[in-house]
Amino acid sequence: MQITVKLFALMREKAGTDTIALDIPEGAKLTQAMAALVRHYPVHEPYIANTRCALHMDFVDPETSLAAGDELALIPPVSGGV
Amino acid sequence: MFKVTIEPLSVQQLNDLVKRPTDGAVVTFDGIVRNNFDGCPVEYLEYETYDMMAEKKLAEIGAEVQQKFAIGAIAMVHRIGRLEIGESSIVIAVAAPHRHAAFEACAYAMDRVKAEVPVWKKEFFADGADHWVNQN
Repeated sequence: MQITVKLFALMREKAGTDTIALDIPEGAKLTQAMAALVRHYPVHEPYIANTRCALHMDFVDPETSLAAGDELALIPPVSGGV
Repeated sequence: MFKVTIEPLSVQQLNDLVKRPTDGAVVTFDGIVRNNFDGCPVEYLEYETYDMMAEKKLAEIGAEVQQKFAIGAIAMVHRIGRLEIGESSIVIAVAAPHRHAAFEACAYAMDRVKAEVPVWKKEFFADGADHWVNQN
């Protein structure tokens, strides 16, 4: 199945794009999606450990199961405010 | 009001928005762009956001703060895009019947924003270098 991965800030710049289409097995969990991402795009490997994931505008657990068409946002350490 | 915007922020506007006749205090926080990072001269900043999630998180934090403290209304607006030195990056306004709750709620809300809201700051230095804060 295919999901969409949204990238921000440094990861977006390293990838040269803000959106990646990723093929993962049916019913894959977030951890498997992250592994697939790093396999296809090794440039993200250094950042994954410090990145949280969000689905439907909420942070989600690594064990969360994904569905086809999900939009997965990779949220690097935030630095808003001042 | 909980939003991200590319428009300049107005402390007075948020102050007026949260105030009710039952309030005895409005505490506002005005976060501004500093001209240095650990002493290195900064020329300007850029803020990037995941806007829909950022606004949702701001609203969630607002609800959380209202649960936790004896306050009236709260509003938070974060600016994104390019900001110059001295411009406001975030304004938080908290109204309450009594001042202590407003002070505490405002500080707490700002701490929660810094931990949870998907906004990222990039600093551009006077020597031409740049970097994303808290990344690498």
